Amino acid sequence: MGLQIDKDHQRFRKIVKGKIRKDLRKFLTRSELIGREGKKYISIPVQGIDTPHFRYGDNSDGGVGKGDGQPGDKVDGGGDSGQGGSQEGQHILEVDVSLEELAEILGEELQLPRIEPKGKHRITADRDKYSGIRQTGPESLRHFKRTFRRALRRQIMSGLYNPAAPRIIFERRDKMFRSWKTVLSPQSNAVIIYMMDVSGSMGDEQKELVRLEAFWIDAWLRKNYQGIESRYIVHDVRAGEVDRETFFRIREDGGTRISSAFRLAKDIIENNYAPSEWNIYLFHFSDGDNSSESDSRDCCNMLTENLLPCVNMFGYCQVASAYGSGNFINVVHEHLNDEEAVITSRVNTKDDIYDSIKTFFSAGR
Amino acid sequence: MNQPLPKAIAEQAEIIAEHARREGLDFYPTIFEMLSSEQMSQVAAYGGFPKRYPHWRFGMEYEKLRKQHVYGLGRIYEMVINNDPCYAYLLNDNMFVDHKTVIAHVYGHCDFFKNNYWFSQTNRRMIDEMANHGTRVQRYIERYGQERVEEVIDTFLSFENLIDPHSMFMRRRASEQSAEQKRQTDDENKKNPIDGRYPAKPYMDRYINPPEQLRADREAHAKEASEAQMNFPEKPQRDVMLFLLHNAPLEDWEADILSIIRQEAYYYAPQGQTKIMNEGWASYWHSTIMTNYVLEASELIDYCEHHSGTLATSPGRLNPYKLGIELLRDVEHRWNTGRHGSDYDSCDDMATRREWGKDKAPKGRVVGKGSPGREKIYEVRALYNDVTFLDEFLTPEFVDEQNLYHYRQDPATGKMVVVNRDFDQIKRQMLFMLTNHAQPYIYVMDGNYKNRGELYLAHSHTGMDIEIKFAVATLKQIYKVWKRPVHLHGRIDDDPILFSFDGEQSTQQHIDEAVPAPANAF
Repeated sequence: MGLQIDKDHQRFRKIVKGKIRKDLRKFLTRSELIGREGKKYISIPVQGIDTPHFRYGDNSDGGVGKGDGQPGDKVDGGGDSGQGGSQEGQHILEVDVSLEELAEILGEELQLPRIEPKGKHRITADRDKYSGIRQTGPESLRHFKRTFRRALRRQIMSGLYNPAAPRIIFERRDKMFRSWKTVLSPQSNAVIIYMMDVSGSMGDEQKELVRLEAFWIDAWLRKNYQGIESRYIVHDVRAGEVDRETFFRIREDGGTRISSAFRLAKDIIENNYAPSEWNIYLFHFSDGDNSSESDSRDCCNMLTENLLPCVNMFGYCQVASAYGSGNFINVVHEHLNDEEAVITSRVNTKDDIYDSIKTFFSAGR
Repeated sequence: MNQPLPKAIAEQAEIIAEHARREGLDFYPTIFEMLSSEQMSQVAAYGGFPKRYPHWRFGMEYEKLRKQHVYGLGRIYEMVINNDPCYAYLLNDNMFVDHKTVIAHVYGHCDFFKNNYWFSQTNRRMIDEMANHGTRVQRYIERYGQERVEEVIDTFLSFENLIDPHSMFMRRRASEQSAEQKRQTDDENKKNPIDGRYPAKPYMDRYINPPEQLRADREAHAKEASEAQMNFPEKPQRDVMLFLLHNAPLEDWEADILSIIRQEAYYYAPQGQTKIMNEGWASYWHSTIMTNYVLEASELIDYCEHHSGTLATSPGRLNPYKLGIELLRDVEHRWNTGRHGSDYDSCDDMATRREWGKDKAPKGRVVGKGSPGREKIYEVRALYNDVTFLDEFLTPEFVDEQNLYHYRQDPATGKMVVVNRDFDQIKRQMLFMLTNHAQPYIYVMDGNYKNRGELYLAHSHTGMDIEIKFAVATLKQIYKVWKRPVHLHGRIDDDPILFSFDGEQSTQQHIDEAVPAPANAF
């Protein structure tokens, strides 16, 4: 149905996409609606344009809230005090959003294409699915309810049914049986190998960025593949495989030798994941402060020779750090610019994560 | 676009209106319409109106509301417009009991619109006015192109908050009235003193209000005004929009759009000033009418769930519905039990205070203004706005009972933390949040700064600094209108700073003796 506001809405979308009124794009904001996934709060991004106004600066004066709590306790969901009395006549509910829906929302927001699994990986699996009904079949598949209903109908029609003493007797022609169809469903396997630099320069803030980024990568890939495995590698000058929990928690010190992680990734792939059967995704998170130029060169060689031929994508995500040169991303650009499978992005703040995800997956690989 | 109102609901509306009138509510005739959720989102995005001028920001709001609805994050139960007659919208997939609650709630709002002093100056035929604005802007779009008109609107929206909501109430004696301030008389055939237009049908507009004449008038007017006074403006002027409307070099159609935006800003201002009271009052009455009269036993659970959902508070955010209804009930209770006046205030024995006047409280159901408490809250709804309401009626007992606390950002962690439950601080914080809609006061200090036709604005500092990035961006927008350098006097970390934009560069400098002073000072 055409609403008058559709015109305004389309115009707004065009502005957001930068098709018209490009001057307004600098006022783009990204607020969020808060939903919940399991115990985690998740946010659904809402784009907006905030034309400038005179307004107050930081909100350090705080606000007034209602509820229990001792001085010093955290106020959840606070921060909007300036808006305290200006909410429209509606209330925000918390809802549960499944990971599936979340990925859907993500895909819609970022307009990500569905991933096309590599051609040679397309294995078809036969699966029997009970989806129909027919009149012949083995007794073990008899559909009792339908059979009963048919018998009942027949008896009522033929006047044999006595409501006072209901007794239903099946005849052969009443019997209905479940039937199945064989479905050929394409099945593709995927593995994600996350690698993270845990050298001294990766602080809590950087890890938080990695965690969020990895969460969204995970959500999106899980939506696109059925059987998905994740492997986690951490490295400083040496690399080791860890479980998911450790991956996000671990705190180590020391230098950085990125090649160590690549070597381990290569071993894992060779031993477990034949490239002809698996869609392989490599993601590496680092602040880009590799210990030596020669090691960076080693990395590039290893990528071109061993890793890139067998993976769908190598995503390198560099998080900003107060220390270090952050030079690795430049090395990657320099040496691997022609490789389609290499995608890099920089994440400096949480706001960059959306763009980073979009960069990684917009090619639909 | 609306569906006919089902008979059962129309009947309920009549019954509820009867109860509301008996309880003393006094409202304009109210027309209910039933909308689908898309239509409701549209109406809400348009600020309650069926038709507005074309602009992308309504589309933006619409998208947000749709998303909230689709992802199940929020739902608009009701919309009502301050208009005579009042228009109110019901959401078609609501339950019957929701419709009843909303109808009762709406009558509360309508009564408030009609009787609250702060609404007394609003245009009660705003529905027509908004449609008229839509037509006018549409006409400019056809003539000058969407891009150009939209840019002008965007520029004006940057200072739509710079109005003076109190100016609506100013009445000057005739001798004192300058040409500028001769504002609205109700005579419809007079020319509108704001933009110098005579009322005219759209197709006659060009002949009745010839653009040349309007421009000439405005120029003559500006000249007269500038000769008449040494200081320009005479004193600091808070209505920056009006000042620009009269004095900025605007094309005729631009001036018209500016006056449209300003008029709409004034129309919405009282709603911003009375959010807590208005929602509190409406909730008080939907609760009273539902529970005393029209709630069926079978509807009880759903009613309770939705009522408590509306009044639910989340940490760090005050719910105006909840705060409003509780404070009104507190006032009612205090006046019923005589807990006011010097005797009560000077009593500091807590036990006596707690028992004060308990025997005087009315037993059983009170109808209409049948108790001192009710009489008081009817008075409150007529005379107060949120700031004066909280300033006068917020008590330490109430703050304690409602479990309110003051929170602020912990500089170490950046997280919001509870600071304390100190009454004075809580009250100060709440009043600050409500004063001027938590926006800075900006005045025009000089329209001919340094005798070079530059515009000098100032932020009247009331405790919080302005945001620099936004201030600079806003100055650039104002420059587009003023077309001469613009300045803003701000105070950042107790240091007076002059932000300037001259069309190419934006600068900021510390204000000392070397910086010429504007024509006016606070």
